[in-house]
Amino acid sequence: MAKRIKVLIAKPGLDGHDRGARVVARALRDAGMEVIYTGIRQTPEQIVATAIQEDVDAVGLSCLSGAHNNLFPKVVQLLREQGADDILVFGGGIIPDADIPGLKQAGIRAIFRPGTPTEETIRFINENVSE
Amino acid sequence: MSCKEHQEQFQQRQQQWQELVTKACARFPERRETFTTTSGLEFKRLFTPADVENIDYVEDVGFPGLYPFTRGVQPTMYRARFWTMRQYAGFGTAEETNKRYKYLLENGQTGLSVAFDLPTQIGYDSDHALADGEVGKVGVAIDTLADMETLFDGIALDQVSTSMTINAPAAILLAMYVAVAENQGVAPEKLRGTIQNDVLKEYFARGTYIFPPAPSMKIITDIFAYCKDNLPSWNTISISGYHIREAGSSAVQEVAFTLADGLAYVDAAVKSGLDVDVFAKRLSFFFNVHNNFLEEVAKFRAARRLWARLMKERFGAQKPASMMLRFHTQTAGCSLTAQQPDNNVIRVTIQALAAVLGGTQSLHTNSRDEALCLPTEDSVRIALRTQQIIAHESGVADSVDPLAGSYLVESLTNQIEEQALAYIRKIDDLGGVVKAIEAGYIQQEIGDSAYAYQKAVETGEAVIVGVNKFTIEEAPPENLLMIKPEVEVRQREKLARVKAGRDQQAVQESLSRLRQVAEDGSNLMPAILAAVKTYASLGEICDVLRQVFGEYREQ
Repeated sequence: MAKRIKVLIAKPGLDGHDRGARVVARALRDAGMEVIYTGIRQTPEQIVATAIQEDVDAVGLSCLSGAHNNLFPKVVQLLREQGADDILVFGGGIIPDADIPGLKQAGIRAIFRPGTPTEETIRFINENVSE
Repeated sequence: MSCKEHQEQFQQRQQQWQELVTKACARFPERRETFTTTSGLEFKRLFTPADVENIDYVEDVGFPGLYPFTRGVQPTMYRARFWTMRQYAGFGTAEETNKRYKYLLENGQTGLSVAFDLPTQIGYDSDHALADGEVGKVGVAIDTLADMETLFDGIALDQVSTSMTINAPAAILLAMYVAVAENQGVAPEKLRGTIQNDVLKEYFARGTYIFPPAPSMKIITDIFAYCKDNLPSWNTISISGYHIREAGSSAVQEVAFTLADGLAYVDAAVKSGLDVDVFAKRLSFFFNVHNNFLEEVAKFRAARRLWARLMKERFGAQKPASMMLRFHTQTAGCSLTAQQPDNNVIRVTIQALAAVLGGTQSLHTNSRDEALCLPTEDSVRIALRTQQIIAHESGVADSVDPLAGSYLVESLTNQIEEQALAYIRKIDDLGGVVKAIEAGYIQQEIGDSAYAYQKAVETGEAVIVGVNKFTIEEAPPENLLMIKPEVEVRQREKLARVKAGRDQQAVQESLSRLRQVAEDGSNLMPAILAAVKTYASLGEICDVLRQVFGEYREQ
């Protein structure tokens, strides 16, 4: 039997809107994944430390406050610096179209915006977590 | 016709109708087996006088301006004056936001509502490491009194009422507002407005807490006491269901958890020695208004009646003003779609109409583009015009509580009140709201509702036009209002200039004095007011309080 995929859902920055993060965490859990939710107000450093300590396969970042351009790339960069760049990073929130190319270039592999069915996120993780 | 004959006739007709229904359903099956509201209340096929038999008109519905205020808090409601049209606004620097306020006032808005950025709401200056990327994003950045002076430049504070969405640092922003007014020559007793100051819901629905519950409640009761003597026309708290609903609750849960928070504040104030009939008239509420139109209208009526009863029965309030639930309403941000954003104008119209038919005292209508970005001037004008059209053209404001007596609305009003009260009793059993939060009960209840809703959307059981039905291919939206990274740089430079130019000794003395007061437990407000006047920053003041009170951490 394949190993269960382990995902960290994290809220970087000061944003307190975590309805989306919690719903996604629960949907991933229902889809058979092991999910850790950090709670709100995490620094990129705290998120990366948790990701490495928990040996997760993927990190999902949620931000609705507009600070994603500062925070999401920082997480990827810190993972790289610590040799954990095999961890799949994706994001969600109120992210304008114009910001998506920059985020993808920084190493955030997918951005899921309001209205995305949780099925889509689940499929993305299943297809992209390296065996 | 005698009563008995009438009853027989009713039953006979109902029987005839049932037969018609059976035939109709055989040919045209109904769209669903059962129809329910967001709270799971049943929309019966037909509501009749039988559904409101247990209602005593005088006791349960009554007259507007009279207990239990089901029909409204004022005797003539909007026949005298419309609700306050108050658009929540704030972004970037104080200069930009000041410009937006003037635009809104020129367009007929009747009150201001300040949105602060997250660092301000959580008590960090713009140059704090945790403020990185957040400065000026979801609201305006305020570091010192200098920013507040700019924010209200050219706006006479004795002429407008101002609502400030500020919670954990509410005392500091209120002190800054008082100081700006003083500079304008406006006395504190002339000031009208509201601070949100509702920290309890931050722990389970909104997230901008700083201090643990006990010192937070102490700060709140300090504000009640200070305002009673110095700002008699100021609403000292806005007990908020809005964010509870945005976090995913149902309408019943929104009423229940909001009123439960309200009971905790009243209880804390009474225990601190305040007289309920002195402070309760300055409590105000803030609700969401969602798409399920009739449930929403009933929700507001139920909340008013339940609050009046709780204040009378639990706290022995005597004065009518102590039992009146006065509230602001905002249309539901979470109902806005990024897809086909112009459709949001229609959603907002339906929601705003429900708020007016529910008897709101003030209203914010969301802008069509808020699922994408901060609202542009064009979008915010349409949102304001929506309210003006309802007020001036629809006629719904011309008679008080026009949906009263609807079998459906009265029945739903009753059911919402009953179910909300059941939740409040459950919270009582858990030991009150703080205990219920610590046990994770409220978070769990809201989380379950949010997840059930998401499932309903994904199975198509709940239709969202433009999202899971009637979708189209769309070009990326244009003309979005974005906050440039330079804003953060400019704001940090301004803070550095203010800090360099102030009397450092006066700042240090005022902060030491504040520490003393925080430690000895006397009212914090005078010391905070003295500190803001020296241009001590919000972050510096909060740091002193953090050192004395500690910080809350999510469990």
